[in-house]
Amino acid sequence: MQLLNIFKSLDISHYIYLSTVLFSIGMFGVLFRRNAIVLLMCIELMLNAVNLLMVAFSEYMGDAQANGQMFVFFIMVVAAAEAAVGLAIIVMVYRNTRKTDVSFLDSLKD
Amino acid sequence: MNSLFSLPLPFLVLSFITILCALYVVTSKNPVHSVLALILAFFSISAHYVLLNAQFLAIVNLMVYAGAIMVLFLFVLMLLNLNKDSEPVKSKIWGIAATISAGMLLLVITAAFQKSGVAIYKGSADDIGLVKNLGRVLMTDYLVPFELSGILFVSAMVGAVLLGKRESNSESLLDKGNS
Repeated sequence: MQLLNIFKSLDISHYIYLSTVLFSIGMFGVLFRRNAIVLLMCIELMLNAVNLLMVAFSEYMGDAQANGQMFVFFIMVVAAAEAAVGLAIIVMVYRNTRKTDVSFLDSLKD
Repeated sequence: MNSLFSLPLPFLVLSFITILCALYVVTSKNPVHSVLALILAFFSISAHYVLLNAQFLAIVNLMVYAGAIMVLFLFVLMLLNLNKDSEPVKSKIWGIAATISAGMLLLVITAAFQKSGVAIYKGSADDIGLVKNLGRVLMTDYLVPFELSGILFVSAMVGAVLLGKRESNSESLLDKGNS
């Protein structure tokens, strides 16, 4: 069941550029934002950019064993675990400092 | 490379929505708006997966990301009462530095892709993204990573519960700092 053969009219480079733009936006968010929850969301965005590129390459290379899609599957697993632990850490930090601002978390510096 | 508007319309529309939502995620002052925009971005990425013949992954992406992880984010935002503008105003130099850094990352990666040769399209394999095929591969070739990810999930759950548990008889860091 093939809905649409997208690579008949499209090159893999378009997906490469789309994923690169998404990854750069996530990178910009990680550098720019100070709210720890938004930071985690930017990391999710970067992971999704990588996932999209992996699925695109899996389709493009005629991957009969679905290796690329399996890797996306495991990246999702790791992302879910990471989000759970990260949010627990943020809740703990908030309980101790009443803030989720990462620029206040510099007590290891002194 | 042909011009931008000769590309297929679904790809163009979905990419436009994805990039717009991603930009709104990083620029919105209100964290709740960021979460909602990110959910929309995940929906459009799922639509991309359908275009790329990964139907099962599209559904899993919706369930895991838009359904579970984003609801978790939203709950934490609501519980911590951060659903308003709580971010302090920063100096402009941070924005400029972040823009330059991310732009240079974009430039370097695209320049590297320009120089590299692109492999020839080998033709897509049919039915590869359906649950029957993926389940067979997961249970044969990827059985050990599958079990390991189960262990990872258990340890992540234990860690999250342990971190999130309120310590009853120890004063918080804030009180220590004030006294």
